[in-house]
Amino acid sequence: MTNQDKVKEPLFHIVKRDAIPAGKAWGIRVLAILAALVVCAIVTTVLTKDNPLSVYATIFKGAFGSARKTWVTFQDLSILLIISLALTPAFKMKFWNIGGEGQVLIGGLAAAACMIQLAGKMNNVMIIICMIVTSIAAGAFWGFVPAFFKAKWNTNETLATLMMNYIATQLVAFYTVRWEVPKGSGKIGIINQSTELGWLPQIGNKYLLSILVAAIVTIGMYIYLNYSKHGYEIAVVGESENTARYVGMKVKKVIIRTMLLSGGLCGLAGLMLVGGINHTVTTTIAGGQGFTAVMVSWLAKFNPLTMVFTSFLIVFLGRGAGEISTRFGLNHSFSDILTGIILFFIIGCEFFIYYKINFRKSNKKEEEK
Amino acid sequence: MDKKQAAVSLRNVTKTFGSVTANSKVNLDIYKGEILALLGENGSGKTTLMNMLSGIYFPDEGQIFINGKEEVIRSPRDAYSLGIGMVHQHFKLVDVLTAAENIILGMEGKLNLKAAIAKIADICDRYGFEVDPNRKIYDMSVSEKQTVEIVKVLYRGADILILDEPTAVLTPQETEKLFNVLRNMRDDGKAIVIITHKMHEVESLSDRVAVLRRGEYVGDMITADTTAQEMTDMMVGHSVTLNIERPDPVNPKPRIEVKNLTVRNEDGIIKLDDVSFTANSGEILGIAGISGCGQKELLEAIAGLQPAEAGSISYIDDNGEHDELLGKDPLKIAAMGVTLSFVPEDRLGMGLVGNMDLTDNMMLRSFRRGKTVFTDRKAPKHLAEDVVRDLEVVTPGVTTPVRRLSGGNVQKVLVGREIASAPTVLLTAYAVRGLDINSSYTIYDLINQQKKAGVAVVFVGEDLDVLLEISDKILVLCGGKVSGIVDGRTTDKNTVGMMMTRVGGGKLSD
Repeated sequence: MTNQDKVKEPLFHIVKRDAIPAGKAWGIRVLAILAALVVCAIVTTVLTKDNPLSVYATIFKGAFGSARKTWVTFQDLSILLIISLALTPAFKMKFWNIGGEGQVLIGGLAAAACMIQLAGKMNNVMIIICMIVTSIAAGAFWGFVPAFFKAKWNTNETLATLMMNYIATQLVAFYTVRWEVPKGSGKIGIINQSTELGWLPQIGNKYLLSILVAAIVTIGMYIYLNYSKHGYEIAVVGESENTARYVGMKVKKVIIRTMLLSGGLCGLAGLMLVGGINHTVTTTIAGGQGFTAVMVSWLAKFNPLTMVFTSFLIVFLGRGAGEISTRFGLNHSFSDILTGIILFFIIGCEFFIYYKINFRKSNKKEEEK
Repeated sequence: MDKKQAAVSLRNVTKTFGSVTANSKVNLDIYKGEILALLGENGSGKTTLMNMLSGIYFPDEGQIFINGKEEVIRSPRDAYSLGIGMVHQHFKLVDVLTAAENIILGMEGKLNLKAAIAKIADICDRYGFEVDPNRKIYDMSVSEKQTVEIVKVLYRGADILILDEPTAVLTPQETEKLFNVLRNMRDDGKAIVIITHKMHEVESLSDRVAVLRRGEYVGDMITADTTAQEMTDMMVGHSVTLNIERPDPVNPKPRIEVKNLTVRNEDGIIKLDDVSFTANSGEILGIAGISGCGQKELLEAIAGLQPAEAGSISYIDDNGEHDELLGKDPLKIAAMGVTLSFVPEDRLGMGLVGNMDLTDNMMLRSFRRGKTVFTDRKAPKHLAEDVVRDLEVVTPGVTTPVRRLSGGNVQKVLVGREIASAPTVLLTAYAVRGLDINSSYTIYDLINQQKKAGVAVVFVGEDLDVLLEISDKILVLCGGKVSGIVDGRTTDKNTVGMMMTRVGGGKLSD
C-alpha cells in the first residue's frame, strides 16, 4: 500500500440525489429565499445606504399597504395566473407557446371591438355574450395558427408564436388609431364611459370577478391536466410522440386541440383586462405578462396549484418594487435588481434539490476506519 | 496467473445513488495480458463499477490502485492519463466530423491531422482494425462507429480497455472480427474488461470471469475451468435451467398473411421488398436478419404504424374471415376487434413513457375506456400491481417512474402490459436486448405461454442461438427481401447465418 497522504480526494464532488422528501425540498427553497433576502439587503445597503429592513417593509406595504392595494395585488395575481394556466397545457405537451402576449392582446382587441361596434345595436347582456365568445375565439385562433403549422409541416412553434405577438400588437395599434377618442389623441380612452355597455358585471367589488374566474380556471386546469383523458394525452404526446402514435393517439389533433385551449384561455385573460378592469385597449395592456407567465408556469413545474404561489411571488415582488421606487426615490431599475436576485436564488436552488455536494471527508474520519 | 501484474486493483469500492447501493465493498483485480469478462444481472453494478474506473463517477468509499499505486480518478481526463479507456454502450461521437477528427477531439497540443492519421493507421495495422480516418461518422455503420471508439481509446494510449456490451449491436461476423482484434490487443499486453450478457461470447473470448451480484463481488473463475451453467448460477445466486422449451404448436391456423409487402422509409429507400409470409396461431415465427434489414418496418407495418407502398396484410380471424390491416392506424385496428400486442425495440421511446409511473404506463392501452371525459386509474393500478407481482418486477412501487427501473424490469412492465390484453397476435422486437439471463428466460417463458394460448407470435431476435431454440419457423430477412423461411427444428446456425448475408443463403455459388 502506498502512502495515504499522497493521494488527495477532490475537495468536493457532485452526486445526483435519488429522491428527496418533499419537506426537505421545501426547506431548501425557503433557505434559498432567505439567502436571497440577505444578499438583497447587502446590495441595498451598499448601493443606496438605506436600511434594508425598511426597504423590505416597503415592499410589503406596496403589496398589502391598504385594502385597495391588497385587492389590486390579488387582481394582478389573478390575471397573471390565468395566463400562466393558459400556457401550461401547451408546455406540458412540450409545445413552447411564447405567444401568450399576442393571444391576450387579440382577445382584448376582440372584446373592445364588440364594445365599440355593438354599442346601441343590442342590449348589454347580448354584447357581453358576444365579447366572451369573440375574445376566446380570437385567442384560440391565435393559438391555432402556429399549432396548425406545427402539426402539418413541423414548423418551429417558438418562432411562430413569437411572430404572432407582433401581428397582434400591430393590429391593436392600427385599431387604436381607427377608434381613437377624441380624434387625434392617439388612444381609445375609456369605452362607453357613460353607458358602461359591455363592462363586465361587478361581483361584490370591482376586483372580485377576475379573482373568481382565476380560481375556477385553476381548479379546472388542475382537474383537466391530472384526471381527464385529454390531459393524459397531452402528457404522453409531450413525453414521446412515438409512444403516443404507438397507442393510436392522433398527435396532430392533440397539438391543435391543446393550442386552441391555450390560446382561448389567453383570450379570456384579454377579455378580463379589457371588459372587466381597464375598459379600454392599448398595445401594452398585456404588459409583458405573456412572457412573465412562462416563468410562472415553469417555476411551478406546470402544477396549476403551485402556480398560485409562484404567480403570487412574482406579483408581490413586482408591486413591492414599484412602491420602493416611489418611496425611496430610487428608480424602477433598482427594484428590478432585487427581483432578479430573488428569482436567481429560487431557480438556482433547484440544483440542490436534484444534486448534493459531498465534501472531502476529514482525515480524522479516514483514520477511524 | 498469480505472477501476472495487476494493472488495476479495486479495494472496498462502494458507490451509492441516494438510497440505492450500486456497488458495495467491491474488490477486483484486472491483469495485463488478459481478457476479463465482467458478469452480472441487470442492475448488479457492472457499468457503475467501470464508470468509476473511467472517471465518470467518483466512489463514495474505497481505493483504486493502478499498477500498484493508489490513484484518485476525478474525471475521464484523469482516467486517460492513467491509461484507462472505456468504450460505452452508447457511442459518444460527433456525427458530422470524420473518424480522425473524432479520435483527436479534445486532445491538447497542436492540431496535426496528418500525423494523427498516420498514428491511426499505425494502430489499425497493429491490431487489425479497418477504419477510414477520412470518413464522416454519419456515413458509418454501427460496427465502424464502434471501431472508431476503440481506436480513439487506443490513440490516447490506453492500456486498460473497458468495453460495455460491445456486441449488442453487431452481427455474428462483426462480433468475430471484434474478438480477433481484442485477442490481438491482449497478446500485446493490454488489460481488457468486457461486459456482456451473452454466455457463448464469454466462453469463446475471455480468459477469466468475475461475477457481481446485487452490487457485491461474488468471485472469479478461469473461463476454461467453468461452464455457462456455473457462471449463470453464480450470477443469479441460485440454480437456473438454461433450456428454452419449444412445445409443439397446437392446431395452428393462419392468422396474419402478408403478401408482396413493399415499404419505403421517409428518405425513399426501400426497406421491405416484396415480402410475403404467413404467421400461424399457436406458433412462434422467428425473424432473423442483420439489424436494419427491415425488421422494424415489418413489425410497424403490421401494427399500423408504417405506411406501405404496395402489398397487403390480412388478419384472419377464427372463422377464416380476412380483414385488411394495411392503411389502418392502431386505433382502427383495435376497433376492428383485433387485439394486437406490440413490444417495440425502443422500449422507453415508443412502448412506454419513461417519466410516467407504472400505473400511467399501464393506462396507455386502456385510457380511452369509460364514457366520461375522465380517466380511470383504478384498473391500470390493479394491472400494474398484478404485473409487478406476477413477473417479479423489482420496483419500489407502482408510483415509481419507469425510467428508474433497470432494463429487465422495464421490459417486464412492457411485456406484462402487452400480454394483459389477451392478444391474438404478439409482435416482439429484440425482446431480450440488454437483459440479463434471468430476465431473458422470464421473457422467453412469457412468450411461450402466449404461444400455448394460441397467439400468433412474431419474434424478431438478434441472438441466433435463441432464435433457433424458440422458433417454430424462422423467416430470414436480407436487405429487406425474404431470404428464406426455414423450420426452426431442423435448420442450423450456419444455414441461417448464410441466409442473413445473402438472399437464398448458400445455394448461390461464389
